[in-house]
Amino acid sequence: MMRRAALITVPYLWLLLLFLVPFLIVFKISLSDTALAIPPYAPTMRDGLFALLAELDFENFVFLTEDDLYWKAYLSSLKIAVISTVLTLLVGYPIAYGMARAPEEWRPTLMMLVILPFWTSFLIRVYAWMGILSNEGLLNQFLQWLGLINDPLTILNTTTAVYIGIVYTYLPFMILPIYAALDRLDDSLNEAAEDLGCSRMQAFWLVTIPLSKNGIIAGSFLVFIPALGEFVIPSLLGGSGTLMIGKVLWEEFFNNRDWPVASAVAVILLLILVIPIVLFQRNQQKQAEAEQ
Amino acid sequence: MRRLSWFNVTSLTLGFAFLYLPMVILVIYSFNASKLVTVWAGFSTKWYGELIQNEAFLDAAWVTLKVAVISSTFATILGTMAAYVLVRGGRFLGRTLFSGMIYAPLVMPEVITGLSLLLLFIGIGLDRGVLTIVLAHTTFSMCYVSVVVSSRLVSFDRSLEEAALDLGSSPWEAFRLVTLPIIAPAVISGWLLAFTLSLDDLVIASFTSGPSATTLPIKIFSAVRLGVSPEINALSTIMIAIVTVGVISASLVSKRNSLRAQKDAQAAERANG
Amino acid sequence: MSQTVFAPWDDPKEKPLIRFQNVTKKFGEFVAIDDLTLDIFEQEFFALLGPSGCGKTTMMRMLAGFETPSEGRIELAGQDIGPVPPNKRAVNMMFQSYALFPHLSIWENIAFGLRRDRKSKDEINARVEEMLKLTRLEKFAQRKPHQISGGQRQRVALARSLAKAPKLLLLDEPLGALDKKLRQDTQFELMDIQETTGTTFVIVTHDQEEAMTVASRVAVMDEGRIIQVSTPAAIYEYPNSVYVADFIGDVNIIEATAKASGEEMYDLNWADGQPPIKATSTKPFTEGQQAHLAIRPEKIRISTEKPEDAPNAMQGKVLDIAYLGNLSTYHVELPGGQIIKTQTANTRRLARRDITWEDPVWISWSATAGVLLDQ
Repeated sequence: MMRRAALITVPYLWLLLLFLVPFLIVFKISLSDTALAIPPYAPTMRDGLFALLAELDFENFVFLTEDDLYWKAYLSSLKIAVISTVLTLLVGYPIAYGMARAPEEWRPTLMMLVILPFWTSFLIRVYAWMGILSNEGLLNQFLQWLGLINDPLTILNTTTAVYIGIVYTYLPFMILPIYAALDRLDDSLNEAAEDLGCSRMQAFWLVTIPLSKNGIIAGSFLVFIPALGEFVIPSLLGGSGTLMIGKVLWEEFFNNRDWPVASAVAVILLLILVIPIVLFQRNQQKQAEAEQ
Repeated sequence: MRRLSWFNVTSLTLGFAFLYLPMVILVIYSFNASKLVTVWAGFSTKWYGELIQNEAFLDAAWVTLKVAVISSTFATILGTMAAYVLVRGGRFLGRTLFSGMIYAPLVMPEVITGLSLLLLFIGIGLDRGVLTIVLAHTTFSMCYVSVVVSSRLVSFDRSLEEAALDLGSSPWEAFRLVTLPIIAPAVISGWLLAFTLSLDDLVIASFTSGPSATTLPIKIFSAVRLGVSPEINALSTIMIAIVTVGVISASLVSKRNSLRAQKDAQAAERANG
Repeated sequence: MSQTVFAPWDDPKEKPLIRFQNVTKKFGEFVAIDDLTLDIFEQEFFALLGPSGCGKTTMMRMLAGFETPSEGRIELAGQDIGPVPPNKRAVNMMFQSYALFPHLSIWENIAFGLRRDRKSKDEINARVEEMLKLTRLEKFAQRKPHQISGGQRQRVALARSLAKAPKLLLLDEPLGALDKKLRQDTQFELMDIQETTGTTFVIVTHDQEEAMTVASRVAVMDEGRIIQVSTPAAIYEYPNSVYVADFIGDVNIIEATAKASGEEMYDLNWADGQPPIKATSTKPFTEGQQAHLAIRPEKIRISTEKPEDAPNAMQGKVLDIAYLGNLSTYHVELPGGQIIKTQTANTRRLARRDITWEDPVWISWSATAGVLLDQ
């Protein structure tokens, strides 16, 4: 009994202290006074709870609504996350489908090839595109060599580069759940559909796609959620015109040193994320129940 | 019978080309003699030589490695405990909060995790350095470990533990002699995952590190912000090579094990018949 | 010559090895075991028989120590074992899944429990060898569990649970995973081992044939209660309820109203316009009381001619014939629409061709052939 208590208490306390408490601090600071808060923010931890509550105000949130930079950043993050999720799905589905139809003995190797980039540094994978997409980069050299263009295209430091970066880095997250769903799919279902008069294409739309729905949903959330708060990709591949909330938060914190506003930005970002996260959890739960 | 159509072959080829070409190009250009990274000027390993002499990079690499080993070890211990509590703990006060705290960091944007931890460390007056990075990495990677380990524990046949108790083991002996050896592969992959996450992390480390401790990703990031550099290409190549060798040998080992298991099963079949 | 029959349950002086005293086990609102009292004696081979969810596994897990009773007490050799954790009980269990440790060899699996007792190396070696010999596994000692067949795994599980020489061995559906042929052989092997070691066995099973074959006594359970505890023969021949009669083997149940017609003799009115059925019963029935007559199919004779001296005989029509090789079962429809099953041993090579579908036949049985039940 003592052991069980210890077993529960240690990880519990750890998470309380290093996850929940910091989180509450962010929340608290987002409600504290900006003027006094550069740095550190006005009331320190030692002030009692009452003093703390008395000082709360929504000034920082009001500030966020007044400056349209933040609105635009939220909206543009959402837009970029949605578009890149759709793009990743369009790129990832055919790959997952091809993997699921590949001969049995190839599949472990193909799986490994999809997972391998995941173990490689994220930063390096994003960085690799900088050399390719720049004005004198390989892509432009290649297109010019083909004679398709005369002047180099500006891709690096634009939103297009951010899309490419997100699709590239999160592609494995999309492929794996879809592949898992397709792999479980019984071949005879498609044969039955064809037997009942569907063409190949119809069978694909009427049987394969609906039955891989759970994989598509899971993959989409796995791309959408991290893409929304992404920082590295927009700051390396995006330009000054690419507004993403993760980057705004970072700059607010490190460049402007405005901690209360950074905290308020974080709180709002989380509120936006709560909806897809809850939806994702529900989808996973439904799937787990269906499997039982 | 499943057969690959032309469409399948094309999408697989293009897909894997998309996944691997950027890294292949990176590796090739790390051997470029020219300082201009986009112009090929002949084969050379000089950037590797310069890299080895770059003390700042070596220091950062050393810090990163230290942080990764320590934090992934702690994360594995805590994460395994948490997984055990989640799967076997039964009901206890605040269970929902506990499982929420395990899953939330997986979907939390890194900027928020980093920011919140930094504010905590400042609040309690902890100087930022190796210790704070280790604490931060342990916290978020223990959640990944616990997800990996708990998915193994869920499929674990509980009667094995009961059999150990029935045969006279104390609960701790049952865990040490039966549960742990069986879930060991999941615990090891949890450790590897935590290790990689720690090696990789830029955002959380940027928030929680101080002037006394810079990790490799922070160093790389500040270097590449200014543009592509051949030294970073060489460094990336080394890192890619390490990961590739690691993953390929791990999958070869697991392939050998599954082949052996298959053979054993066939042998048992024969013994049966 | 008076051979002493093993029947400690009939001897009031005998102390039980296990005693369940008004044991109730609840899981939340669900009552798994309902105020259950039961004695099990030393050297018994005791079977808990019932459909899934009847509480038999819960009883076994309470004996092993994995569940504690919500109310009541469980005694092992006169001691309350409620507060004793599973690892401190002189009780071992053979799991349904066998629960063999996959990372340990057969030898190490069997030695596992002995090592926990901090026994000396020589002692452990000797005991493991003994167990390997008992279960004929010497050749496989160094293999891992996944390298042997299902039947061998079952024997390893048995050897492992017997190695510590427990006072009581619990077997949870021990033969459930084996195919039919192997199961039958193994039943006899289990009985031999039980006899050789003199250990008390409690087996949980849903297979009535298995329970009847191996057990000295069988407890039939349903919904957390024990319906009847008796020897296999008594359970079969003298079931105490329709539930037991129906659960064990095949049976015809005829509903009727009873009317006394002599000492322990009753006339049963079972259908309008039909002569009453004559049956004996030691259990008293009042005039007009609802009764169920349970008769086993093999106790009913079938013939083409009206039998001369049968107390109960009635005419019917053959509806179905099932030829089972050693036996044939006939389904005979009576004028009232009731269907009676009768069974005949095929003692001759040629099946009796004189009875076939739609034939009018006579069925008959004696007054003592059935059991009269009130519930």
